[in-house]
Order: sequence, then structure tokens, then C-alpha cells
Amino acid sequence: MTGLRYVYAVCRPFGTPLQSQLTGVGGAPPALLRHHGLVAVVSQVPAADFCEEALKAHLEDLDWLSVTARAHQGVIDALTTVTTPLPLRLATVFQDDSGVRTMIEAREDDFLRILDRLEGRVEWGVKVYLEPEPAAEPAPAGQPASGRDYLRRRRQSTHATEERWQRAEAFARSLHEGLSRYAEDSRLHAPQNSALSAEPGRNVLNAAYLVPRAHSEEFVELVDRTKDEAPGIRVELTGPWAAYSFVGEATP
Amino acid sequence: MTVVERREIALVDLLDRLLAGGVVITGDLTLRIADVDLVRIDLNALISSVNASVPSPFEEIL
Repeated sequence: MTGLRYVYAVCRPFGTPLQSQLTGVGGAPPALLRHHGLVAVVSQVPAADFCEEALKAHLEDLDWLSVTARAHQGVIDALTTVTTPLPLRLATVFQDDSGVRTMIEAREDDFLRILDRLEGRVEWGVKVYLEPEPAAEPAPAGQPASGRDYLRRRRQSTHATEERWQRAEAFARSLHEGLSRYAEDSRLHAPQNSALSAEPGRNVLNAAYLVPRAHSEEFVELVDRTKDEAPGIRVELTGPWAAYSFVGEATP
Repeated sequence: MTVVERREIALVDLLDRLLAGGVVITGDLTLRIADVDLVRIDLNALISSVNASVPSPFEEIL
């Protein structure tokens, strides 16, 4: 037997069965492992891919990482439709079921406390981008008349760039404050690298908000209302996600 | 300004959550990513280096 146990999430027991066609990481169907008052959602993965060394190599392979992350998310998504899952970090792997049971026993109190806090809540992601600078600045026609003229033009252009940045940052700050007041909790992720995201513009805010499912519609409207507030700025909303960013302790 | 909602989840958004979020389990019986931040840095380096030499290889997967 060379299979390892990949654990996606821990949940309270739930009545609805998982979709029968659901597949997890590596194509194996996820199963429920009940222990004490909790359920671990697990599937079998080949040791050849998930032993420490292989995993390290795989994690530097974008294609592998992408397929694995999407499979993990697929299971979490399916769980989100039937319960409030407590998602584990990508590639949490145990030798066997007894390892999973031992882990549940060791963390039982934490799990129950966090599950209580997250019950009925979802995560929304909000990102703010400063759009790429307009291609053609209304540059004064012709060559600079003098060295002094050249320096003046350069100063003006630098000044304009700084102003755009400051405006975007002020916008992001005020949006974050507004959304944080509405949400139960919030987390700031590092701004995304544009080479990685392939998104135009600079990412100035990358935040996650914990919102009761019942209030999600209002939250989305709140984000939507900022639409016409600032030129040159783009807001992107993702979700609803399982509460990945809120599995730690609540911020006081 | 525009508010964009996408159907397809971007890989970066997934990685923000799956590599930086989620419950971290440690223990003798666990195999896990030794240092996620390091993985993240390697990944960024990998992407910038590939990006510099090959115009846009990520569109299919992102």
C-alpha cells in the first residue's frame, strides 16, 4: 500500500452526501473519515507524488501546482454547498487514517472553536488595482526648448505618477475601512505580483473579508457602489470562498 | 472604475488562500510544505524568469 491520506478540510458531521462524481487531488474520490465529533474529508494520493521530496519538486512546477490547487478547491467548493468547512492548507498529507485521527484528537478543541466562529460565514476577496498609465500623456508639442524646460517636464511627469499612486492608496484605504466596518473580520494579503496574476495595472489592495452568508448580497452591493468613485482605479471581487483566510484566531 | 466579477478563479487568488491560508497542521505523522513562504518566493522567481524569456506562457493555466 503506497497511498497517503490527503486531508482537504475538517467539518462537523453533515447529512447531505457529497456529489457522487466529485474527484479530488490526483483524481481519487474524496471520502469522509468520522472521528470524535468531527469529520475529516480525505482522499488517497500516491506516495510517489506526495512524499516530502517529490512534493518540494512539484511545488515549483506551475502546471502541477495549478491542477492540484484547483482539485483541492473543487472539493472545498463542494463542501461549502453542504456545510461550513474548515479548509486545511494545500498538501496536508498523512501516512494513514490513524495519523488523521491522531491529528483530529490533538486539535479537536481548536477545530470546534473555529468551526463555531465560521458557521454560516463566507470569505469575499476584494482587490484594488491602479490601472496602467494612459499611453499618451498630453505632452507639450516639440522638443524641450532648453535644459530647464526639459527638467520642468520631467518633474511634472514624476509628480503626476506620484499623485496617481497617492489617490489609489487613499481610495484603497477608505474602501478597506468601509468594508471592514461591515465585515466581521478582515485580512490583508500581500499585493499580487502582476507577472503572476497577468492582470493589468498595479495591485494596491488585496484583502479578504469574513461575511455572514445572509449578508453577502449587501456586501457585494457595497463593493459595487464604489464603481464610479475613482477614475483610473479598478476593483475586483472574488468569492464567495470558504473562509481560508480566517482559520486562525479572530483579530481582537 | 469598474467592478469585475469573473467566473474562472485565477490561480494567484487560489494560491493566496491555499498557500497562505487554511489550517496548518504540524506533527510527526504529517508531511507538509516545509516553508510555504520560500515556495512562494521560488515561484515568483520562476515566473519572472520564464516571463522574461517566453512572452506569455501562463494564459492557459491562469
